[in-house]
Order: sequence, then structure tokens, then C-alpha cells
Amino acid sequence: MSSDLLELTVAQAAARIAAGEVSRYEYAEAWRERAAEDDLNAYLRRTGDGAGEGEGPLGGIPVAVKDIFCTEGVETTAASSILAGYLPPYTATAVRRLREAGAGVLGKTNMDEFAMGSSNENSAFGPVLNPWDPERVPGGSSGGSAAAVGGGLAPCAIGTDTGGSIRQPAALCGIVGLKPTYGAVSRYGMIAFASSLDQCGPLTRDVADAALLLEALQGRDPCDSTSVGIEGGVGEPGREDLRGLRFAVPAELGGDAIEPGVREVFDATLKRIEGLGGEVATAPLPHVEHGISAYYVIAPAEASSNLARYDGVRYGLRAEGAGDLLEMYESTRAEGFGDEVKRRIMLGTYALSSGYYEAYYGRAQRVRTKIAADYAAAFEQFDFVVTPTSPSVAFRLGEKTDDPLAMYMSDFFTVPISLAGLPAISIPAGLAEPEGGGPRLPVGFQIAAPAFAERRLLDAAHALEGEIGFDAKPGGDGDG
Amino acid sequence: MIEREQVLHVARLARLRLSEAEVEKMAGELSGILEHVDRIGELDLEEAEPTSHVVPLENVLRADEPRSSWPREVVLEQAPDPAEGAFRVPSPQAE
Repeated sequence: MSSDLLELTVAQAAARIAAGEVSRYEYAEAWRERAAEDDLNAYLRRTGDGAGEGEGPLGGIPVAVKDIFCTEGVETTAASSILAGYLPPYTATAVRRLREAGAGVLGKTNMDEFAMGSSNENSAFGPVLNPWDPERVPGGSSGGSAAAVGGGLAPCAIGTDTGGSIRQPAALCGIVGLKPTYGAVSRYGMIAFASSLDQCGPLTRDVADAALLLEALQGRDPCDSTSVGIEGGVGEPGREDLRGLRFAVPAELGGDAIEPGVREVFDATLKRIEGLGGEVATAPLPHVEHGISAYYVIAPAEASSNLARYDGVRYGLRAEGAGDLLEMYESTRAEGFGDEVKRRIMLGTYALSSGYYEAYYGRAQRVRTKIAADYAAAFEQFDFVVTPTSPSVAFRLGEKTDDPLAMYMSDFFTVPISLAGLPAISIPAGLAEPEGGGPRLPVGFQIAAPAFAERRLLDAAHALEGEIGFDAKPGGDGDG
Repeated sequence: MIEREQVLHVARLARLRLSEAEVEKMAGELSGILEHVDRIGELDLEEAEPTSHVVPLENVLRADEPRSSWPREVVLEQAPDPAEGAFRVPSPQAE
């Protein structure tokens, strides 16, 4: 009985709970028990209010929440030592909206520290393991959320995506991950990494669940003046074919940086699109290959500013034994931040410092304009732009930790979309052998749409998902 | 290409203490990343305006009406060294 409950999608469970067929307490308890079996280090802490309160579209649904979202009275760390023990005095709007829809919080999930990373190896509280192979990474920075959903430890989760941190782990864990248009969801209470890029989004087992969560999350918030919501809402995806829709593949796809197995699944998915009546063609997007360069100036620059607040003065860690104020600042931050965070703060500070500002940050902002213009031009002829989500399947723990640039390249396909502020979804499209051989691992297919076109995006993704029929599970031997 | 002195300068700006080993490692890593980033130096970006914000929003304001804010005790609850209703910190070094 309990395992049947766990098989229900969020949409199915919510409907049964609303109809009185399933008790929300029984449902939450089943998930609480599953979450307690976490052997992936997906959770940093589990909370007791999984059943939620009140009626609503998500009534009775427990959600795993990335530890970057402030939850009043519940430790929130952004997976950093500098915030160990921090109890926020308020709750993030995204979490509040989920609760208002009737959902509960199952637990706070592990992540790369301050959302900086693509493998969840940068957490101060240990790496997260991929449910498909515990010697491999789940992706990052929302690795805990992705592993929880992919590993059957939560029915759904929310994460954040700045350069791919929802989409890439979703791809590596074989689940659905959506980054909405910049401004669709409030960032109030979401610990800031790069303010012009950060967005909250759902990680779920199917597209319909992602739509259900996004509908609850989106909306204008007076506490976040960059939030506008999605006009007309998101609705329920119902499309079964792709007739009349045009899909662009960037002409500059990155060639041999893509693993052969990933390329094969990508090409097969393009055929499926055509099989459903969609048109596929290449389109020039000449500046997207510079996305990584622009992003690794802009994001660290914004991060250096946002992380200046962690100074030991008002909350969080304060280093002991510091003689004077400057020493306190420098020691606190040296002790409290991990290597990747320090690296990005340094990069960002350098890019913004006098004499370098125009050469780095100024130029990167202009590259960003060119990238956005490339997408705008593509969307004049096409409805969607598609790529693999990640150039590879899940890589091994420790494989890229010595080479920051190699790690950054994991975001090659996701970053340009973030720079343009566009919505994009990753759906599992099949399994592939990693380059080095071994058991097959999930491959994500990424679909990007024009700003605020989430309804159309989810509809198309739903149709394609139906055609793909991905039913492989970790530990099983499915065909995907 | 990024020298030890520059690393130390940037670390001071960022209020980060780095060990000698970290300084050396950081110089190498930053140089590698900057080498890749420098590609954008070759692009023709003449006519592009810088994008600081992707959504067409301008000056989103609220009415200038006073509202209640956090009670002092709540804000000081998480402070490492609250004293006299404020955040106590070590003195800056005498000039």
C-alpha cells in the first residue's frame, strides 16, 4: 500500500487527497519514511511538516526544499560553514506560496555551497551521490533536490538555477527540471548568488507535476521588485503531438565536447519530434559559444557583491581570536567559505576592480546582449531551441574537481539560456553509456522557449515526454 | 598571467585571507579561467549595449509610506555578539 502511494505522481496524489481517497497524513508519513532511508546524502535535514495544511492544488504534498531557501526557525545553510546553525527569521516567498497551496516541507536538501557548482561536490556537508551510481555525481548545484526526486526520496522538489543548476542535475538524475523565465518566481528569501540570473524552479518526475508546482510558485511579489509572475498562469499541459511547431538546433553545437552516447540520444529525440509532426532545423546562434566566458565573469562578479554580507557581524560564523575588525572579516571569510566560493569571489572581485571593470564586466554584459539577440532572432522563425542539457552523462566523483574550467564546461548548454533570461526545461530522453564505458545513465533533452512562454513550453515537453516514454529507474535495467 | 601581487590585492579587496599555498594555487586557477574568458576580448561588440537586466522593468517602486519592520530582538537573535541592542564587533585597527 505504502509503495503504491509513493508511485503516484504529485498530480495524482493531490487529486486523491482532495477527493478524500488518500489521507494526507498517511501520504506524508510514507514519504517521511522513504526520506529517512537517504543514503545519497541528499538531505541536510528533514522536517516534520511534510503533510502541509489546508486545501489547495498541492494539498498534502511534501516538497523537498533546497537549503538555499530561508525557512523560518529551520536551519538554512546554503551548504556553507559560514551559515551553519543559522535560523532565518522569515520564510522565502517560494516556500510560502507552496505552503499556501497546501504543500508541506519534507526536508532541506544538500547543494553546492552558495549554489556554486555543477556536481554537488562543493558542499560543506559532504557530496551528494547519484541515485543511478553512487560513485558518480548527481550534478549541481541542486544535486540534493535532484537526487531526492531521482532516487525516490521525495515526490518533488524545488531548486535554484543560475547557470543550469536545476536543469543539469535533473538531466544527470533522470528527472524533469525547469528553470522559469527570469522574474517568473520571487527571489525573496532565496539566498542570493547572482541576482540577475538566479531563479527558483521545480524538479519533478514528470512534466505535468512541474507545471503544477510552477503554477503555485509563480507570481509578482512586492518583496522582490524583479518579480513579475507569468501572465495568464501556466495551466495543465495536454498536448499529444507537435504539429505546427518548429524546433531550432543551434548550428554551433559544440562538436566533440559532447559524449557520443549523449549525441545519439539527442539525435534520436530530434527524430521523435519529427515523428510527432514537429519541424527541426538548424539556426545560427553565433554568440552562445561565448556563454561560459560571459557567465564566468558576470556570475562571480555579482556573487562577490552578494557574498560581501557574510562578514561575521550580524549572523552566521564569526572567527574566534580576531584582533581587529579587518582581521575578523578576513578570518571569518577564510574559515567559512569553501574553495570554489573563494575562487568565484576572487574572480568576481578582480573583474569588477578598477582598471579591469570595462575589459571584463563591461564586455561580458555586451556579450550577454548579443546572446539574447541571437535567441530573439531564432524565435522569430522557431518556437523552441533545443540542445542536450549536459555534454555528458553523470561523471565520477572527483573527476573534475582539479580542473575548475572543465567543471564549468558542464554548463555549456544551460548557461546561454540563463544569460538571456529565458525559460527552459530538461526532460529525460534516454540512457547512454558514459565515455569510458559502464552501465548506462540518463540523458537530458533541453527545450528553451521565449520569455514567459512556459505554458507552450510545458505543453510541448509533455507531448515529447509521452512519445519518449522514459520509464527507466535507478538500479533497474530499463530501456529508457 | 595573474601575479602574486594581484592575487593579494584582490584578496584584500574581497576581505579574504589566503594562505601562501592558496595564493599560489589561486594565481594558477584564476589565470586559467581568465585565459578562457579573454576570448570575449576578440569579439566585435561595438553596437551592443550592456545588459544588466533581462526583463523590461523600470524603477519598480512602492508608495513612500512607513511600514513596520523587524523587531530588534528578532534581528539580534542570530548575532554572534549582541550588546546594548546592537552588533558588537572588534575595533578597527588604529591608523
